Amino acid sequence: MRSRRALVALLTPPMLWLVVAYLGALAVIFATAFWTTDPFTNLVVRTFTLENFRELLTPTYLGIIGRTLLIAVLVTVLCILIAVPFAFFMARVAPRRLRALLLAAILVPLWASYLVKAYAWRTMLQPGGVLDSAFGATPGYGFAAVVLTLTYLWLPYMILPVYAAFERLPESHLEASADLGGRPGATFRRVVVPSLLPAIAAGSVFTFSLSLGDYIAVQIVGGKLQVLGTTVLQNITLDLPLAAALGTVSVLIMVVYLLAVRRTGALENL
Amino acid sequence: MRLTRATRIALGAFATLVLAFVYVPLVVIGINSFNSDRTFGWPPPGFTTQWWSAALRAEGPRDALVTSVKAGLGATAIALVLGTLLALALSRYDFFGKHAISVLVVLPIALPGIVTGIALQSVIQNILTPVFGIGAGLFTIIVGHATFCIVLVFNNVTARLRRLGGSLEQASADLGARPLTTFRRVTFPLLRSSLVAGALLAFGLSFDEIVVTTFTAGPESPTLPIWIFNNLFRPNQAPVVNVIAVVLVVLSILPVWLAQRLGGTDATESRL
Amino acid sequence: MKENGVRTSHKSLTGVVAVVAALALAGCGSTAGGGGGSSAAPGGMQVPALKALDKLGTPEGEVNVLAWPGYVENGSNDPKVDWVTDFEKSSGCKVNIKTFGTSDEAVQLMRTGQYDVVSASGDATLRLIAAGDVEPVNTSLITNYPDIFDALKMKPWNSVNGVAYGIPHGRGANLLMYRTDLVKPAPDSWSAVFDQAGAQKGKVTAYDSPIYIADAALYLMATKPDLKIKNPYALDDTQLAAAVDLLKAQKANVGEYWSDYLKEIQAFKNGTSTVGTTWQVIANLAKGEKAPVEAFLPKEGATGWSDTWMVGAKSQHKTCAYKLIDHLVSPKVNAQIAEYFGEAPGNRKACAETVDKNHCATFHAEDEAYFSKVHYWTTPIATCLDGRTDVKCTDYATWSKAWTEIRNS
Repeated sequence: MRSRRALVALLTPPMLWLVVAYLGALAVIFATAFWTTDPFTNLVVRTFTLENFRELLTPTYLGIIGRTLLIAVLVTVLCILIAVPFAFFMARVAPRRLRALLLAAILVPLWASYLVKAYAWRTMLQPGGVLDSAFGATPGYGFAAVVLTLTYLWLPYMILPVYAAFERLPESHLEASADLGGRPGATFRRVVVPSLLPAIAAGSVFTFSLSLGDYIAVQIVGGKLQVLGTTVLQNITLDLPLAAALGTVSVLIMVVYLLAVRRTGALENL
Repeated sequence: MRLTRATRIALGAFATLVLAFVYVPLVVIGINSFNSDRTFGWPPPGFTTQWWSAALRAEGPRDALVTSVKAGLGATAIALVLGTLLALALSRYDFFGKHAISVLVVLPIALPGIVTGIALQSVIQNILTPVFGIGAGLFTIIVGHATFCIVLVFNNVTARLRRLGGSLEQASADLGARPLTTFRRVTFPLLRSSLVAGALLAFGLSFDEIVVTTFTAGPESPTLPIWIFNNLFRPNQAPVVNVIAVVLVVLSILPVWLAQRLGGTDATESRL
Repeated sequence: MKENGVRTSHKSLTGVVAVVAALALAGCGSTAGGGGGSSAAPGGMQVPALKALDKLGTPEGEVNVLAWPGYVENGSNDPKVDWVTDFEKSSGCKVNIKTFGTSDEAVQLMRTGQYDVVSASGDATLRLIAAGDVEPVNTSLITNYPDIFDALKMKPWNSVNGVAYGIPHGRGANLLMYRTDLVKPAPDSWSAVFDQAGAQKGKVTAYDSPIYIADAALYLMATKPDLKIKNPYALDDTQLAAAVDLLKAQKANVGEYWSDYLKEIQAFKNGTSTVGTTWQVIANLAKGEKAPVEAFLPKEGATGWSDTWMVGAKSQHKTCAYKLIDHLVSPKVNAQIAEYFGEAPGNRKACAETVDKNHCATFHAEDEAYFSKVHYWTTPIATCLDGRTDVKCTDYATWSKAWTEIRNS
């Protein structure tokens, strides 16, 4: 059972797939980032150049990347702020029977089409729409709408791991803390939060990554907002190397994020 | 932890607000599927069931649904095989590069979809089509989906394997069973529910996926999300899209219920 | 045991890295495919040596067409608007339709090689020809070709060195559309979206493509004559900079940029956009949705398009492709498309077939003087299109970078 042959047999098919098909594809795109295009036909020309990456350092593109990072961070923070109390309620405060129901309630929207949910927000945000009727004002399509919609879309991805972490927290730890004189606030800070960190980090991998690369929700509720995803999309036709360079930058950001998050043990929690 | 009554009530109120936040857009979709105004003016000027009857008659969504199901089944099958192999390898053995592989398997789902999309499209256009004559189509959609579904199966199976420990398999080997027999008679039955959970998640992800699919799909029949995207803004079709969305949400109660039945919080805690 | 394992894994890992590297290099393989380097003017343009089809064979059973919205309708948008279903029955070719929003999208999609027919505007045709994505057409195989207006045949955007690359379809102008109830007084000039755009702050819309820079240049032609812009597609650095500044100023008032015509209809209907560039078909559909809009050609003139049906070089369905094109430029169908989309038809005989007997007059189908004031979409290139030889003009790649800059200002 422990033979090396068995290991190789087990590893080969998935590795072939992941490394050859997936990493190979990424390598092709990475390579493309160092090429350039024919100015008339926009076909890719295989001459080595750093021009695309230099272009990314101009204010226009730095602005795009910065704006996208800001959206990703805001969405992640909002998701955390909403998910933690909610998950805590689900795991520790709600009566046992309610727990399964609440869990189901959070999961069902995950199965509703991403597109339709984004579109629902589009109709809710329009002048004369639900928000306008209910609150008398609507942020319209733009940065705020994008953050709001993305938070809505990715919220379940944050709630689930945090809920799981709360559930796993042994009641005995909390009781011990209380017995030792810790008030709820202190117990929360000193006992609960450290075990929450990996779960929050795990959830943040999704909220951050999904927000970083999103372009569809942005197109639907973003108005004239330009983010990394929409810029890549616009350049795939005319300037694939530039799009590839942008894509490479986003991959680098995520890899750095994943490595940072690995230390908190989040990857086990995915 | 003793929480004050006030804190409990506050948390409960907050939870209700969150649930409202989550469900209001879904309710709006539901109401709009009966909205007589095709561009969803609010409040609805009138109600009609014509969209529901149009949706039942429409061929486009039906064909798209079939394509989505085919793609989902294909991707799930591949993900099940590859994910299980990988989980077995990583939980039962120690070797150089193990950590790198566990990061690698997460990459397809952690990296922005658009990057995966343009990467796969580049491969299709520059290698698959010229060299193998394979154009973008159902095959490439399945390949794209399977790649990021692997991690879903992998996580579920790994979690289960960790809980099982190796003692049962060890015992089986000690009793003289060959590895394949051990797998068939001992490991697989124990893994079954985690495989089903992983399969459900993989199917769900593939079914709803739009970003990578846009880049790997060909001109023939689209998957359901692509069909929705193409028809989202059409005055005649947008209400039908709403109907489809309502149907999807209602139907989704089934897999969620199934997932809960299978492992309590197991399946759902490793949703990701 | 462990050592062995390390070595085996090491080997498999290096093996795998080698495969990846090989793949990466192979992937580099076919990207710069056909086509010679072609950064020169269309006159001296290098085109790949491709041959037109010499005769029709048996219909292949299906055809994939890439079209501007409204050109190829099969009843799925409006059951009464359908000129495809009877073609499918009579020819045996099933028609798969994909619409696109900008010429750039069209170029990108054609490059995949999966489409057999494309309706290309003048700013896409030469790029497609130079890249080898489309092949010359054998005009003798199109029975309706003799009836097409001579003024559209063998033009610089649809032919190279005397070889025809497509069948002319129709032409029209980009118009200014506005909400009659929200924009008062009724505008008569593009100033409504430029200098006077502040009156509709946050509700102006503009076409989301670098080619829109030509619209700004057109406005400058009328309002800033000292810039000496003669052709909105021939802009030197100074002129381009002026257009860019105008567009950056406009951006502050823009709510949404559009390339999906359906989104524009919806935006005008619910009032998130109240004034901006449009096509006649969008105005017609919006009116059909009971949106109070009007569209017109402003006094400064407009940019426009002259479209050509082209055949994909890698097409597997060429017989069906030719049959479909022949059908689309036949008098009755050409008339239907021209009326639905709101443009001047390409087939002379279509004028007698339009439901509105004045259609051709309204759209100036036979008025060459009118179209001399409509600046057809053309790909800007370094050799100035207005004939200047003392300066270098900005090419489309520069326009694209400028557009990204404008969109992010």
